This record gives sequence, structure tokens and C-alpha cells, in this order.
Amino acid sequence: MPVDIDIEETCVTAYISGEIDHHNAAQLRRKIDEAVEAAYPQILILDFGAVTFMDSSGIGLVMGRYKLMRDLCGRIDIQNAPRAIGKVMRMAGIEKLISAEREDKRI
Amino acid sequence: MKPINEMKLSFESRSCNESFARSAVAAFIAVLDPNVEEISDIKTAVSEAVTNCIVHGYRDGIGVVYIHVKIFEGAKVVIIIKDKGCGIGDVKKAMEPLYTTCETGERAGLGFSIMESFMDKLKVRSRPGKGTSVTLEKSIVSKGK
Ligand SMILES: Nc1ncnc2c1ncn2[C@@H]1O[C@H](COP(=O)(O)OP(=O)(O)OP(=O)(O)O)[C@@H](O)[C@H]1O
Ligand SMILES: [Mg+2]
Repeated sequence: MPVDIDIEETCVTAYISGEIDHHNAAQLRRKIDEAVEAAYPQILILDFGAVTFMDSSGIGLVMGRYKLMRDLCGRIDIQNAPRAIGKVMRMAGIEKLISAEREDKRI
Repeated sequence: MKPINEMKLSFESRSCNESFARSAVAAFIAVLDPNVEEISDIKTAVSEAVTNCIVHGYRDGIGVVYIHVKIFEGAKVVIIIKDKGCGIGDVKKAMEPLYTTCETGERAGLGFSIMESFMDKLKVRSRPGKGTSVTLEKSIVSKGK
């Protein structure tokens, strides 16, 4: 499960590609968390631009990172989600959760 | 009513088979000329049901996951996904949004909600100690459009 991670001062961006399912989620989670724990960013951006499939395991992945960043007093953001992936995210109200956080923290 | 075409598949409950399972179902129904959204909805629902067999049904080991796909007149697709694992005590409760027995915090408890909203119909039958059977139904209406 490929993920390219870009670390800038206060921001970590994870460019995820391929299929996010239960099989792939564990490795993805490990790689993203490693980067976050090394860099302590204020913002973790998850980029879904090259994701071709996602099921509820992807929601679990996003929610888990949401909690991790909240514990570090930062927040997550999501970008470039294709239509089908947006449809799965909406099931969990993830977009609303993230924009509420953005308002709250203003970062 | 008799199906006009059907397919059966069984495989070991290893997580590396999740991708194979949803792709195989999608390939089988391709003759109905579904559009991108219909294919993606079906693949997602199949992935949810198969992952549940692997993660929950056979949580203590490896078992066999069974898939039976039937196509009926009018492009109606019926997919039955079964395991002979631990079963579910309270199906109604299990199907509630956000309900999960997973304790690692990495599962959202939305699998059944996704199956329900991405398909036309969802039926769940289960017996503790015997296993679980999930029936998914969807009519392909797009004809590729
Ligand atoms: N095949 C199965 N065998 C045994 N228990 C199951 C099975 N499928 C579902 N369950 C039970 O029903 C609960 C809800 O399932 P659901 O798919 O909605 O959520 P989840 O699998 O816990 O999380 P998610 O699907 O969002 O990753 C599960 O936590 C599990 O306890
Ligand atoms: Mg599930």
C-alpha cells in the first residue's frame, strides 16, 4: 500500500494511493503515525487523489488519525477525495467533523 | 423465479483475499453494463460483508468465506456472502450505525450502514456459533450511462 509522506515545518501531508481496505489499512496507519510521531505537526493532511477504492476501513483510518491529531492539539484535513470516496466519507459525517474543527482551531 | 446466470466462489478468510472477492463479483456482473457508481457501490458493499466474515466471523482463525451471486431477469443482482464463524447474538443491535465490537478504535461500526445505503436491499441472518449470512440486492438500471 503506497503512501508518500511530505513533511514541512508544521504540516505533514500523506499522499495515499491505491485501495484502502482492511488488508491495506494497518500498514498505511503505521506509516502515517510514524511520520506524525516524528514531526509533531499542527496539521496532518490526508490526500486521497490517487485512491481508487475505499470502504469503512478507510473511515476507521481517518477517525483514528483525527483522534491522534486531537491528542496532539492539532487537526487533520482531507483533500482531493474522488467522488466515490467522498460518498463513503459522508456516511460517517467526516467532512462536517473536519470543518467544525477548522472553525474551532482557526489553523 | 430462476436466475438467468449465477456464480459461486469460496476462499480462505485471509485479508489478502478481500480485494480479489470484490473484483470477482464486479467482473461477473460486468455483462449488465453497470456505470462507474453502480460498480463502486457493489464493490464497497461486498468488501464490507467479506471483511466482516474475516475480522469478526473468523476472528479466532482461518475459515472459508462463501459468495453466491445470482442475476435475475431485469438486471437484478443478488449477492449472498456467508461464513461459518462465531455468528451474531443480536443482529438488530449489530446493524445500528456506529455499533462495533472492535476494541482497537480503528473500526467505525459503519459496515452495515454502508451496505444498506449503497444497495437496494440488505438482509442479515445469523446464529451464534453457526455463522452469518448477508444478502445484498441491487438492480442495475444505468445500462452503462
Ligand atoms: N460476519 C460476522 N460475524 C460475526 N459478527 C459480525 C459479522 N458481521 C458483523 N458482525 C458484528 O456486527 C458489528 C457491526 O458490523 P459493522 O460492519 O457495521 O461494523 P464493524 O465491522 O465493527 O466496523 P466497520 O465495518 O465500520 O469497519 C461488528 O462489530 C461485529 O460485532
Ligand atoms: Mg464491518
